[in-house]
Amino acid sequence: MTDNGAEPSDHLRLDQVSMKFGQRTVFENLSFSLPPGEISVIIGGSGSGKSTVLRLIGGLVSPQSGRIVVEGQDISLAGNDVLETARNKIGMLFQGGALLDSLTVFENLALPLREHTDLDDESIATEVHDRLDAVGLSGIDDLLPNQLSGGMRKRVALARAIIRKPSILLCDEPFSGLDPISTRKVEALLVDINRRRGITIVVVSHHVASTMRMASQIVVLLPDGLVVGSPQELQNHNDPRVKAFLTADRDQPSEMVEEVEVLPSGRRT
Amino acid sequence: MITQLANLGARSIFFIEEVGRVAYFGGQILVAAAKRPIRARRFVDEVFRLGVLSLIIICVCGLAVGAVLGLQGYNTLERFGATDSLGTVVGLSLIRELGPVLTALLTTGRAGSATTAEIGTMAATEQLDGLRMMSINPIHYVVMPKAFAMVFVMPLLSALFIVCGIAGGYLVGVFWGIDPGSYMTGLESAVTFQDDILGSFLKSLIFGILVGLISTYRGYSSEPTSAGVSAATTTTVVEASVVILIFDYFITALWGV
Ligand SMILES: Nc1ncnc2c1ncn2[C@@H]1O[C@H](COP(=O)(O)OP(=O)(O)O)[C@@H](O)[C@H]1O
Ligand SMILES: [Mg+2]
Repeated sequence: MTDNGAEPSDHLRLDQVSMKFGQRTVFENLSFSLPPGEISVIIGGSGSGKSTVLRLIGGLVSPQSGRIVVEGQDISLAGNDVLETARNKIGMLFQGGALLDSLTVFENLALPLREHTDLDDESIATEVHDRLDAVGLSGIDDLLPNQLSGGMRKRVALARAIIRKPSILLCDEPFSGLDPISTRKVEALLVDINRRRGITIVVVSHHVASTMRMASQIVVLLPDGLVVGSPQELQNHNDPRVKAFLTADRDQPSEMVEEVEVLPSGRRT
Repeated sequence: MITQLANLGARSIFFIEEVGRVAYFGGQILVAAAKRPIRARRFVDEVFRLGVLSLIIICVCGLAVGAVLGLQGYNTLERFGATDSLGTVVGLSLIRELGPVLTALLTTGRAGSATTAEIGTMAATEQLDGLRMMSINPIHYVVMPKAFAMVFVMPLLSALFIVCGIAGGYLVGVFWGIDPGSYMTGLESAVTFQDDILGSFLKSLIFGILVGLISTYRGYSSEPTSAGVSAATTTTVVEASVVILIFDYFITALWGV
């Protein structure tokens, strides 16, 4: 059971997961599995629980009931030790980057290596620069996060998320707040990371155009459940709400999208 | 009447729960402290930052308080023709009481609030979650060095405050014409290490623990929004100030410091 993904569906799976914050039910009995080595995109209105799904997979919040299987291991009720091991396989790109603002770019990337490996300074520098290269950045070692533009910050955060060579990468709205060019850049990076490193990528996004381009599977979170399918399947789906998402203005979350929103919008959207 | 009682009951329960949560948080810090790495570097950085934040305000306030004590003391003592005891009066009030208490209050306002705001902002911008996802315990990496730094700097700042205060009293006394020598000898002969110095140190150590614990707890448990962080910061200042004064009374009553 705890062996590495014997079943492909055990790679990353939610099983009858119910999640509440206090009185507010975010979702009930949610089940889906995400294919290994592919890019999956989770879409849904704001407050529909997209970020919560990622936080559940990362073990940052625990569900009221249900199982969350990461690489064959149920982490829904796991203690700290199990979580730490599970997180070694997971990289997470937070919406705002979540870089430590008191550390330089270099130190931000070096931190996980210093904490969890015995690498000497030289090897750490090599690794850090390798990852910065991978996201198309160089010469910014000594800058602080607040000296970076939004797009650069996202890319540095992305570099940090993959520095421990995770097998799963979770990205919370990687395109939010980016101009179209940065959006294309980050999208290309995600596709590149997926192809080259074979990492399973789960993206939460409002961005319909890039979703249709890069997703091999789309999960649509609706107030009363969810719809899963490939981009082609969903485009011809007969639920009008799914259509509304996928035919919405291709570069903007449209009014149609907002209409789907039923839950009161959350603090983090 | 009944609803008021029920209200009181609910509040008491909430208060006791809250104390429990703070104690549990303190326990987590201690557990973290037993783990490797020891975060010496982060601790030193924090000591430095807290020191830089508080140094000037402590010196200025120490001088001012000492000068006022000197003035008040001089006027009072003059009535009894005992102005030679000015050093004793100023020194003992500073060492036993005003030094530790005022330092703790000032440090709360300056460094305690900054600590809460910083940790709260890290929570609001998901930096703490970011650490968790890198399998780094935020209590170990962020909270522990800050809390211990606060405990460490408090007695040092208090000592600095006392020295500045004694200097302030001295300047005022000498200005009014008392003998500089008798100010210092009076002070020296009246102060005992066991009762006064050690007691003063103990007091500020306890205040350091309180401020360190409250400021880190409030930041760590703040609502992850900007309104939440600012509320937490205010709470830190209010709670820590009240707790300092209450503890001050009990330490003095129980230990006679
Ligand atoms: N830590 C929390 N405490 C209370 N409510 C929360 C918390 N996190 C999320 N929520 C609520 O859960 C719902 C889903 O939030 P989220 O997953 O952030 O939505 P989104 O799909 O916009 O990312 C929202 O209504 C939000 O208010
Ligand atoms: Mg969100």
